[in-house]
Amino acid sequence: MSDAPQSTPASPRPAPAEGFPAAGNISDADREELRRHGILLTSLEELYNWGRSNSIWPLQFGLACCAIEMIAAATARFDIARFGAEIFRPSPRQADLMIVSGTVTKKMAPLVVRLWNQMPEPKYCIAMGACAISGGPFKQGYNVLKGIDRLIPVDIYIPGCPPRPEALLNGLIQLQKQIKGEKLTGPDAARHTRADLPSEYPIPAYGAHDLEPAKNPAVWTPPAPPSA
Amino acid sequence: METVQQLRDRLAARFPAARVELVLNPGVAAEHSLRLDAALGRDIALFLRDDPALRLDYCSNVTGVDWPDKEITDVVKTTVPDPAGGPPKIVEEKSVHVQPGCLEAVYHLYSMSLKHGPVVIRLRTGNRADAVTLPSLTPVWRSCDFQEREIFDLFGIVFAGHPDLRRLLMWDEFKDHPMRKDYVEPDDYEWEPTAHGAVLERAKAHQLAAVAGVVDPGQSSANPPKAAPGSTTPATTAPVKEAKP
Repeated sequence: MSDAPQSTPASPRPAPAEGFPAAGNISDADREELRRHGILLTSLEELYNWGRSNSIWPLQFGLACCAIEMIAAATARFDIARFGAEIFRPSPRQADLMIVSGTVTKKMAPLVVRLWNQMPEPKYCIAMGACAISGGPFKQGYNVLKGIDRLIPVDIYIPGCPPRPEALLNGLIQLQKQIKGEKLTGPDAARHTRADLPSEYPIPAYGAHDLEPAKNPAVWTPPAPPSA
Repeated sequence: METVQQLRDRLAARFPAARVELVLNPGVAAEHSLRLDAALGRDIALFLRDDPALRLDYCSNVTGVDWPDKEITDVVKTTVPDPAGGPPKIVEEKSVHVQPGCLEAVYHLYSMSLKHGPVVIRLRTGNRADAVTLPSLTPVWRSCDFQEREIFDLFGIVFAGHPDLRRLLMWDEFKDHPMRKDYVEPDDYEWEPTAHGAVLERAKAHQLAAVAGVVDPGQSSANPPKAAPGSTTPATTAPVKEAKP
């Protein structure tokens, strides 16, 4: 962390001055020792990420049977409220997280992208279940998108058909870890702090034979084919 | 309830102008059906609904069938006597003729009041291209509404007299009929990690096309069936807004 590159296009992280290490530079054991003496050391970044990661408001929408598991995760037995994500918002303007729970049909895909565009940054996307990841059992269908990551960026993939609520909670915990590790400055800064990265994505149009465009090359490019 | 054969005879007597064919089902269920004359389809349907012995007041299911053009090879065997006095030779003449295809709508009818059924009726279009109109039976049975719209969407049968004939599942701008046998889905086989069978064939074809430069793997590749190469719709990309402070 101290050997961050000095010449960066975005605002560079200032090197810590000698003798005054930034909060992120001292070891957890040292901080725990200080905490025992009543001194709480933190950084603005850490505090900001801690607050955000423990209050992720998902967008209230479901597409298929995965949504039933998502609903089950919100009920008393699994209780997604333990992770601060119980407030499912009916408006994308108030939501931080889009859980794409279920099969994305080509007819539904432009609406999902529009909802994503309407969500304010910082925003995150979870592809829940085989269909949202790749089209799942309907991959070769004429009306199923082969994964929502062809149109919008996905942070967490949760496999399963459908994933159990525990899997969704695990995905949420992984997302919290990701948020807690985000940088606010520097070359590896989080997406929502970068002015050069888009926060809105082109909404595909209903074409005569398929969506146009059927995928967003800026988000998804097919992996290299296996060398035959 | 009377048998399908009896019903066929009664319909033939009641509608002498209509052709009513019995389609036998050789299976165990033996659910025979009646292929009706499409021109008189609605009159016959009204009769089936209102006849006191039938009272088929409930249409539970409507579905479509695509019968593609079929090549049939006729073999004509002719016996040619050998001029040298030997045994006569048998000459086979093969000729191929194409049996034109058609589309079919199948209705499953029940009687709620008399508790019998099903009676299966079929209506057949003239061909698969331009004569694809059938009389709508939605004015007879209200439950045919969405089902006929679905058949219109997926098979392309036009139901004359339908109150609201729009696509049901696909979007309005869609041009194809995905449940037809000759439907070719868009070539989006860029990434098939566990392909086998027909999918593997499509994926290989896609990779070959991508190598040859026909299809740019990063581009939208709408591959319309039966369209001239080069007339593929270009990918229209909306401008990416960079609305970030």
